[in-house]
Amino acid sequence: MKKYIVGMLVANEAGVLTRISGLFGRRGFNIESLTVGETEDPALSRMTVTFTGDDYTRDQVIRQAVKCVDVEYIKELPLEKCISRELVMLKVATDDADMRKDVMDAIAAFKAKQIDYSSRSVVVELTGESAKIDSFIELMKPYGILELCRTGTVAMDRGTTCLKDA
Amino acid sequence: MILSGSQILIETLLEQGTDTVFGYPGGTVLNIYDELYKSSDRINHIISAHEQGAVHAADGYARASGKVGVVIATSGPGATNLVTGIANAYLDSTPIVAITGNVGRSLIGRDSFQEVDIKGITMPITKHNFQVQSTEELADVVRKAFKIARSGRPGPVLIDIPKDIQIATAEYTPASPLPSDKAPYAYETDIAAAAKMIAEAKKPYVYCGGGIINAAAGKEIVALADAIDAPIGFSMMGLSAVASTHPRALGMVGMHGHYAATKAMYESDLILALGIRFSDRATGDKSKFATGAKIIHIDIDNAELNKNISCHLSINADVKETVSRILERIAPTAHPEWAQQVASFCKYEEDNLYLGKGELTPYQIIDAVMEHTTPDMPIATDVGQHQMWAAQRCKLEAPRTFVSSGGLGTMGYGMGAAIGACVATGKRTVLFTGDGSFGMNLNEMATAVSQNLPLVVMLMNNGVLGMVRQWQTLFFGQRYSQTTLDRKTDFVALAKAFGAEGYSVTNKDELAAALDAAFAADGPVLLDCRIDQDEMVMPMIPPNGSITDILVNLKN
Repeated sequence: MKKYIVGMLVANEAGVLTRISGLFGRRGFNIESLTVGETEDPALSRMTVTFTGDDYTRDQVIRQAVKCVDVEYIKELPLEKCISRELVMLKVATDDADMRKDVMDAIAAFKAKQIDYSSRSVVVELTGESAKIDSFIELMKPYGILELCRTGTVAMDRGTTCLKDA
Repeated sequence: MILSGSQILIETLLEQGTDTVFGYPGGTVLNIYDELYKSSDRINHIISAHEQGAVHAADGYARASGKVGVVIATSGPGATNLVTGIANAYLDSTPIVAITGNVGRSLIGRDSFQEVDIKGITMPITKHNFQVQSTEELADVVRKAFKIARSGRPGPVLIDIPKDIQIATAEYTPASPLPSDKAPYAYETDIAAAAKMIAEAKKPYVYCGGGIINAAAGKEIVALADAIDAPIGFSMMGLSAVASTHPRALGMVGMHGHYAATKAMYESDLILALGIRFSDRATGDKSKFATGAKIIHIDIDNAELNKNISCHLSINADVKETVSRILERIAPTAHPEWAQQVASFCKYEEDNLYLGKGELTPYQIIDAVMEHTTPDMPIATDVGQHQMWAAQRCKLEAPRTFVSSGGLGTMGYGMGAAIGACVATGKRTVLFTGDGSFGMNLNEMATAVSQNLPLVVMLMNNGVLGMVRQWQTLFFGQRYSQTTLDRKTDFVALAKAFGAEGYSVTNKDELAAALDAAFAADGPVLLDCRIDQDEMVMPMIPPNGSITDILVNLKN
């Protein structure tokens, strides 16, 4: 099982997210994350889908999605050639001063940001590749993660290559 | 000019060349039906007994004519009654446009009377679907829907039109139909690679799917098979692409395919798979499928390539153009040894043909019907044993004359489909059905009568759900769970109650007399043909089996 990232520009219309996620669901593709947001062109939204599988899965994901009328552009973003980022907001318990210091040290080491502060908790914002997010979460587990939310991966090609060139 | 949404709908349907629509009125399509009333001299509406019958009719109309079929239904139950028919069209790549009304936009999302999210429901079973958001965009949505339905690999498209959009007015500017998407063009290197593989083959085999009918490529397929001295096998959807009487045509392959057609495919060293999707019913166990053969797969749908069977060469292109280009690259060759081997498979098939049991056998019934049909008459089927017998035995001379539910296997498809095919062609149409399938949508006899359609309904009545019973006989220790119907339906009286003619048929003489009457009648006629409940469809490759598991007839 390998991890794949596929980028798509899709029509910015109601129901498109349902259509794409439904397509993946009914074909049995194993989606890890799916992100969607508007682009500089109001007619288009950009989706980034990460999933695990093999080359067969990747080909089917792309070929089935291409058939979808709402998909304007689609391209695999090979892991080694793209830049990918994810953001996490993580609320961790800091019951005493020692714990708080440990957490603050970790924030510094990971170049994360503390974005909220209360007497018994800290909220951390961290951006990075998914693997970095994973290891930060692992690190925070012993302190007691109260809640967290991850955005899922966004990705694009390095250099001047764009999804629209696909 | 300024028109209401309903008027714009009618005008854009006419733009597309639509002269016939199937449907059923209701609350949220009253405005559309009002315009249909006013435009009845320009557009013919056929009312069914149930929306499912209407959508199957639109599907049968599309298959028999090659045009886009159109069906209209109201919101809520009207729309959900289309679902099976839309899925059926999706699985068999049939171009239809389904139009549903919906509650006005101010009522959407409030669980209003007869409101369902038909766009959401039909997303997985349409090529695309729309909910129209303004009267201004309606004309373009309809134009796009037709383009999508017929482009590339055809399929169903749904347009949901809220009631307020049908009533509101907008500027309408007439336009011509949008051109279909251009088919992908095969790379020269792939054409050369195909020609090389063909030149190296000693035992080539041409395998045709429904794509050949959509591409109208029957002639090119025969030219290819002639040039490389190959037999031709068909998926069920490919039947009628090439005349079944053609000496190279071996018939259908797969679970209930002809022995020779399936055997030759497994024994070949090169399969040219054209316009096909390698359904599990055709391939059986994929790991054992034609392991000695290289496969060249040509299909207009890129997603079908390497989906079910991985191929040595896959070409995403229009099959007609691609085969023509391959033909220019190859020198005619003969493979006398292979031809002889194929002939021996045919001989084996002939010697071991399962002919059935009982006073009147399915093949006798089909053969007798074939004596009355002309090559241009559509033959529709329902789903079950009778369907397989028809697929095996019917002589199909012209493309689009076999109208049958393949991928979805929809019992109850037949009556609607036969009505649609009959309306599309204006020809007498034969329906092979069974008492199980017919029971599902027999209400469409009412439609056939009111339209006075010359339908010959060949009911193969065995009193059981024969196909399921066959599996229970072979694989479930003869435990006939819920397949012995034990109904007391008098189908002859039923046909008469609908206003059709009906004949009871228990032997060959009655069959001959009833067929003479049926093929002379103006309107629909039902022949209630009694067959044995233990009749089997042979050959049979058990599910997920291969050629080595084939049951040729009951003796082996």
